[in-house]
Amino acid sequence: MKTFTYERASTPAEAAAASARTPGAKFLAGGTNLLDLMKLEIEAPQHIIDIGKIGLNKIESTPTGGLRIGALVSNTNLAAHPIVRRDYGLLARALLAGASGQLRNKATTAGNLLQRTRCPYFYDTNQLCNKRVPGSGCAAIAGFSRQLGIIGTSTSCIATYPGDMAVAMRALDATVETVKANGAKRTLSLDQLYRLPGQTPHLETTLEKNELITTVVLPPPVGGVHIYHKVRDRSSYAFALVSVGAILKKDGTGRVAVGGIAPRPWRIESAEPLLPSGAKAFTAQLLKGARPTKENEFKLALVERTLAAVLNEAKH
Amino acid sequence: MEETNESTISRREMIVGTTAAIAAITLANVMGTQAAPHSVPLSLAKVSFTVNGQSHDLEMDTRTTLLDTLREHLHVTGTKKGCDHGQCGACTVLVNNQRINSCLSLALQHQGDTITTIEGLGTPDKLHPMQAAFIKHDGYQCGYCTPGQICSAVAVLNEIKAGIPSHVSASLLDTPQVTNMELRERMSGNICRCGAYSNIAEAMSEVAQKQA
Repeated sequence: MKTFTYERASTPAEAAAASARTPGAKFLAGGTNLLDLMKLEIEAPQHIIDIGKIGLNKIESTPTGGLRIGALVSNTNLAAHPIVRRDYGLLARALLAGASGQLRNKATTAGNLLQRTRCPYFYDTNQLCNKRVPGSGCAAIAGFSRQLGIIGTSTSCIATYPGDMAVAMRALDATVETVKANGAKRTLSLDQLYRLPGQTPHLETTLEKNELITTVVLPPPVGGVHIYHKVRDRSSYAFALVSVGAILKKDGTGRVAVGGIAPRPWRIESAEPLLPSGAKAFTAQLLKGARPTKENEFKLALVERTLAAVLNEAKH
Repeated sequence: MEETNESTISRREMIVGTTAAIAAITLANVMGTQAAPHSVPLSLAKVSFTVNGQSHDLEMDTRTTLLDTLREHLHVTGTKKGCDHGQCGACTVLVNNQRINSCLSLALQHQGDTITTIEGLGTPDKLHPMQAAFIKHDGYQCGYCTPGQICSAVAVLNEIKAGIPSHVSASLLDTPQVTNMELRERMSGNICRCGAYSNIAEAMSEVAQKQA
């Protein structure tokens, strides 16, 4: 691990300001992804601002019936919260399908959103990777790509966003509130937060340097059956090959976001009116423009079949 | 030339030697590809926490993980280093009664925390019920993953008792039950290469029944 200087912040605004003061600074929340990458020197911040104990660990109801989730609420506490379990089952299910018990205790809500979009070639510092070293090339595209992306990818990068929670958050229309170094605040949808790789796969979000997520806001609950169906190579503690997060009503309408196939949680709102027509019609629209590799083209069928299973489950 | 008597090399020295050799290979790989300018001098910072009831005021290289702090600085070596990347669970300890991977946490993140390792659960004279159950049910073979397995197992039963659901819980609203499937799912962050899983689950079931 490369050397770094360290400070503990005591408020979000102070953390953002401290980040602006120090070149090469990074925020440290749970650290389960950042420290992992720092050990491999893929991440090498020169300064760490530990935000682990700045508050932001509450879950509160909003006046309109939604939920405000502090950026530092752990994955375990979010999944176990009575309101989340009762009204946002999709979110609880997605959280519980991710990582291990140990990691969920440490990982935070905002940290989970900001985990790196990544692939095994990004982790292997002997391989070419445009995300790790911009402009160096991509060894994954012609490499072992079974797990990797089929849509939203580019000629520079086919890594997938590996998280589960954000897939549920995307379907739930969650927004994030941030604070910048000058104290200015703003709100972003997840659609606005996550970038596609294009020719700059090292840039994964639209957050500015020194901008800190303080809260994730869920709108009031959406009625319907909440399902998170994750398909993976082993039944626990593995990334998704494909995951489908859905909220479906009895009449067949609803919303769907898909994980494991793209550089960000994949949701196409304009395709959703096709949901009552069935999995085939909806998936064709959802995956329009997909560019799979030979090794991962099976994901096209897997998305459709997983969705068919979800639609069937919602009817019963 | 000095003769080395094989029997004088302890298991710990053997493991340390092997780990160092693997670390050297990994380091060489990293050095060969990364050349970004990075000119931060070695930096120290202070942290205070308790380990197994004993308080410690430390000044650490900022990079030191909780795992390395326990093993290399406090010489509490029950907690083991396996993958050092949060994948195997050998380093599992309890922080404020919650299990975490101590390898994926900086010591500095634990200001004011209460840390419990395998040594803090029980002693050879006064075993924790989970330790006794692991012995009774043969819940290990080589023993390397065992401290992490036992810390995790203790935490799992607490999590079920606290009503935290899991991926395999049929309902998010009902109180989760101690079933074999629940235990297997909840223990998936602890790898055992000897394959003692079924015996570990039996040990956990017995402790859960006695607690009920």
